[in-house]
Amino acid sequence: MNGGGASLSVPVLTALVAGAVIAGIPLLLAALGEMVSERAGVLNIGLEGMMLTGAFTGFAATLHWGSPWAGFAAAAAAGLAFGAVMALLCVGLNLDQVVVGIALLVLAQGATSVLHRAEYGASYPRLDAVPGLEIPLIAKVPVIGAALFSQPLVVYLAIALAAAVGWLLRATSLGLELKAAGEEPEALDAAGVSVVATRVFGVLVAGTCAGLGGGFLSIVAAGVFVPFMTNGTGFIAIVIAMLSRGRPLWVVILALGFGIALSLATALQLVGVSVPIDLLNALPFVAVLVALFLFGRGKALPGALGRPFVRGART
Amino acid sequence: MSAATATKAAVQPPAVDGARRGVARAVAGVALALGVGGLLLLVLGADPLAFYVQVFDRGLFTWSGLQDVVVRMAPLLLIASGLVVAFRAGLWNIGGDGQFLVAAALVAGVAPSLAGTMPRALYLVVLLVLAAAAGAVWALVPALLKARYALNEVVTSLMMAFVGINFANLLVKGPFRSAKTLVPQTDVVGLDWMLPRLFGSRVHAGFVLAVLCAALVGVVLRETSFGLRLRVLGESPRAAAHAGLATGRLVVAAFMLSGALIGLGAGVEVLGVWGYVRADWNPAFGLPLFALVFLSRLRVAALVPLVAFYAVLSMGGHYAARRAGLPDDVVLMLVGVVLVTLTIAGVSFRGGVRS
Repeated sequence: MNGGGASLSVPVLTALVAGAVIAGIPLLLAALGEMVSERAGVLNIGLEGMMLTGAFTGFAATLHWGSPWAGFAAAAAAGLAFGAVMALLCVGLNLDQVVVGIALLVLAQGATSVLHRAEYGASYPRLDAVPGLEIPLIAKVPVIGAALFSQPLVVYLAIALAAAVGWLLRATSLGLELKAAGEEPEALDAAGVSVVATRVFGVLVAGTCAGLGGGFLSIVAAGVFVPFMTNGTGFIAIVIAMLSRGRPLWVVILALGFGIALSLATALQLVGVSVPIDLLNALPFVAVLVALFLFGRGKALPGALGRPFVRGART
Repeated sequence: MSAATATKAAVQPPAVDGARRGVARAVAGVALALGVGGLLLLVLGADPLAFYVQVFDRGLFTWSGLQDVVVRMAPLLLIASGLVVAFRAGLWNIGGDGQFLVAAALVAGVAPSLAGTMPRALYLVVLLVLAAAAGAVWALVPALLKARYALNEVVTSLMMAFVGINFANLLVKGPFRSAKTLVPQTDVVGLDWMLPRLFGSRVHAGFVLAVLCAALVGVVLRETSFGLRLRVLGESPRAAAHAGLATGRLVVAAFMLSGALIGLGAGVEVLGVWGYVRADWNPAFGLPLFALVFLSRLRVAALVPLVAFYAVLSMGGHYAARRAGLPDDVVLMLVGVVLVTLTIAGVSFRGGVRS
């Protein structure tokens, strides 16, 4: 553990911050979607499955068409399709959200792994690195410039999406309806707004965002698809959504915070500090527990979260 | 005996009717799953009929395959029983994999040094108690956070699961690492110091223990006041508090009992099948079982056949996948399909998440 001075060197800090952004964006995208879905009263435990589906589809499309934009479009479309299935089962048929979420997650894990083995199992292709977009002037600032303002365009778009979702939830009637669908679906129904349509919208947003997050993971962060590559990020995203409770700014802060925890391993290796990898891998989850303990106490989730809406049923 | 059954049936016609309907729905769900799964297999270039024949032929109709299925059922039944206890109390213990792996790593790490120092029966009891205690302690964190601070256990138990998976690895690569192998794993326990096998088969005593525990959980939940209190808590925490139940203590008790049964499942799997634990070993029984327990509507009588079917599908499926030249994860895909179709067939019950 010696060499404390070297540990704060510019390249290490740059790698840490840049790594945090790259690791944080998939969390940010997925958590944004989950937040909208939870607002509307649908807990999407299968978020990780949507991410995996987006990761695989995005990877395959980028490889096929040679453009990361095609990849992102495909990842979003795959997530949207996955969300449509989830919406059909959970909102349309009112099936249990947790069981459906887990079932679809297991299905997605199996299907993407099998498809990957069948399509790429022999060649293990890699994608070209997605070029960064240097923002004039500030990209030259040490550490922050290289780490924050030389990222691929998608990174900035993801953060813009967070702002857009914040506007949607706070300033539009749709945002209010989403909240009502999650808190008091009966009241929304009485007001003449379709609870089903509102919730379906929430689930579709979650699917699309999670698909995009998964696409970012394979196209930008890793450059490859590996079976089970989400490795728990979908679940962390659910936690971030729960902690943020409708405030996208918190989604951004928490996602980047967990991004730091996730990228700490690489940064520490650069410094030459040897900490057992399993200890580092456990860190983000310990951090969630601590964050929950400190900030999450007594904070309620949407009142009707996880509860199917049946018109006229007793509550 | 038959008169008693008849009276019971007469007194409780809805239950019997419900059971019959449940079976019909399960059969419909499985049939639908086989259809959808068959289409997917076709897409992957396999012959679905041959695949299914091999799954059930291997899983049910060969002596070797049947033993594999029964052996696999031992940990599955214990984990499922643990989940039933938690769900009855309305607690979503999603962290089963962590409780399982921490218990497995501890048992596999301690067993080699305990072997030979005491009679085998005592040794087995000590290790199984250790397994149950490890699972219970790992479940204690979400339990206390829920009981004291009303923190959602879906999140906390899940986080503890990820911490547990890594903690188990730390144990196996650190203090429990065998000096004899290149790959990080624990020392291997000799066959003489594993769970005794039954009638010269590969089926070990852990299966009997699992069946007993599952039956016991069913009886305790249905017949005892503890079971009733858990059920009240699960149906309505507010009603439970109004009725003067010590809800905090009930939450902790249910969570620890759940973790203990899951830990016991790990102990039985390590001492019955493997004799050691390798680093990064994670059978990930948790998620599919979680869904199956839901589908059983928390009734042990419905859970046992569902778990048996799952064991046949996974053990037979791995064999069939190898024969068809398909990747192993085809089985995972089929399990996902089965879970979806069983849910659609309406075997599940409806509930909500409470914070």
